[in-house]
Amino acid sequence: MSAMNQMIVLPILLPLLTAALMLMLGEKHRQLKARLNLLSSTLGLGIAVTLLLWVRNQGAAESIGVYLPGNWPAPFGIVLVLDHLSALMLTLTGVIGVSALLFARARWANAGASFHALFQVQLMGLYGAFLTADLFNLFVFFEVLLAASYGLLLHGSGRARVRAGLHYIAINLFASSLFLIGAAMLYGVTGTLNMADLALKIPLVPEADRGLLHAGAAILAMAFLAKAGIWPLNFWLVPAYASASAPVAALFAIMTKVGFYATLRLWTLLFSGQAGASAHFGGQWLIYGGLATLAVAAVSILAAQRLERMAALSILVSAGTLLAAIGFGQPILTGSALFYLVSSTLALSALFLLAELIERSRSANEQPLYEEEDALPSPLESLHPPKGINLDDQQKVVVGQIIPWTMAFLGLSFIACALLIIGMPPLSGFIGKLGLISALFNPLGLGVEPEQPLSPAGWTLATLLILSGMASLIAFGRVGIQRFWKPEERPSPVLRRYECLPIVILLGLCLILSVKAEPLLRYTQDTAASLQTPERYINAVLSSRPLPGPTTQNAEVQP
Amino acid sequence: MEEVIAVAIGVLAASGVWLILRPRTYQVIMGLCLLSYGVNLFIFSMGSLFIGKEPIIKDGVPQDLLNYTDPLPQALVLTAIVISFAMTALFLVVMLASRGLTGTDHVDGRERDE
Repeated sequence: MSAMNQMIVLPILLPLLTAALMLMLGEKHRQLKARLNLLSSTLGLGIAVTLLLWVRNQGAAESIGVYLPGNWPAPFGIVLVLDHLSALMLTLTGVIGVSALLFARARWANAGASFHALFQVQLMGLYGAFLTADLFNLFVFFEVLLAASYGLLLHGSGRARVRAGLHYIAINLFASSLFLIGAAMLYGVTGTLNMADLALKIPLVPEADRGLLHAGAAILAMAFLAKAGIWPLNFWLVPAYASASAPVAALFAIMTKVGFYATLRLWTLLFSGQAGASAHFGGQWLIYGGLATLAVAAVSILAAQRLERMAALSILVSAGTLLAAIGFGQPILTGSALFYLVSSTLALSALFLLAELIERSRSANEQPLYEEEDALPSPLESLHPPKGINLDDQQKVVVGQIIPWTMAFLGLSFIACALLIIGMPPLSGFIGKLGLISALFNPLGLGVEPEQPLSPAGWTLATLLILSGMASLIAFGRVGIQRFWKPEERPSPVLRRYECLPIVILLGLCLILSVKAEPLLRYTQDTAASLQTPERYINAVLSSRPLPGPTTQNAEVQP
Repeated sequence: MEEVIAVAIGVLAASGVWLILRPRTYQVIMGLCLLSYGVNLFIFSMGSLFIGKEPIIKDGVPQDLLNYTDPLPQALVLTAIVISFAMTALFLVVMLASRGLTGTDHVDGRERDE
């Protein structure tokens, strides 16, 4: 237990030290830095998995690990807390980090300066944001991960990236200001920034200050929701993600989930059922905001032409689904949403990597689509070849032609990604969506009659889930036909081993999740249950005692 | 004193928001600067405003908030200043890169009627 508690700080320290080492190495030693990066990321993933297993194997009461970085008792010093939710997010970050890095090793890592150091700083910010239990510390880690993401987004340079980067940075600087205002207001009302302490103080806030408290929480939520990609705060997301280089976009697939995580964590802690007059404050906003995001993203995905853009819009679909699902505040629904989160994040990350490989074969003989906004989807009739033309390159008989393995690999991976994102059987996307819909109709579990019929918002979510899947099906079907079946001469792309490996890993994990969904589902249900009862979290944080130092120990020995 | 601080924060934030909505990158960066000044003052005022009270404990003065001002907001402001300063500097670099690549200082990288 004690050794495990000490391990909680490692996911933050390891990337920080690695990044510092890389900056000292300078612009030379690229190979060395790439190996170092891979080693450190893999080690980070190993630590995350160890922490995850530890949390899972503990009983529910002991499953919360607390680390006091400054060795100050809880409400006064910064606290790092590891529980079910943060361990899950850490592991997801680790997996996606390693995959993105493997992909970047083939080409992208050499496209600009300091890629590896920025990558490590980004990981540090992500790990820190998932671990911290202090509001202002959360702000600092948000800024760390954003600062690294600004650099990574611009990695590779180019007009489209700089333009999207400019908007991305401006929006995020503005959102950071909102974060500070919200945090300051919460501090002004409650006098604390520790999340567990905040949760204790909020029921005691006098009636006169409650409006101020709610205003502060709402402003804070704006900052998180802008990062999570809720409509109408998400117009920055699609251009930024679509123009980022492939490994960076794959890593960014977890970035919107940071906003989602912060919303979920703070909302379940601060406005839990025990929060008195503030219980479940803002839940309706989450539901309707999520539904609007889902609807708008589903319509936009029909109009998207480039695969990167479709992937970015799919991120919005998944963000909308998640936000609406947690807004109901039902543990089973939240558990299913977390399963959906894991499956969709892995699939989206793989899709971003895949998109670049697929578009690479196209860019050889076609104009790249820079001004995507102005272009309308081309009708599929234009794909019909003129009559009497043999589609084969050498005018051979078409039957029995050998498909090059790269095209076969890309095609199969594309189908797998599409199935996962649409939510069609047999892959884990289907299990995620089925879980969500089933939890909507049976909020108390299968076989137990729900106390009241499904609300209109619940019906809307179930309908939109199915409709958005259909919109994705149409969009992915169209793009698949255009990219893989379109009759025209195109060289099949040259793929490197490092580029195929991460896609295989990510999709393989989804495949494992489809076959062996139960352990993860059980885990996410435990997570949701522990989010439902924040007392354990609060007790674990506030009852943690600082370790005695050498001098205090001596003082105790000789009284 | 509360009124003066409130008016100052209000003016800074309002001009900041207005400038952020302008089409030129220089205006946007000035807007972000003004907004972060306003936010810093706001955090500072959240520790309640006093004249002639220190945030550091002195011998012989009772240790309560009647005799001292809250030190935490001041520490928070310090962090916030450093971070917003660094981010603004980074934004400036991206702004210059955008100016160099697109040849215009419009935030969209092209004039509206192009």
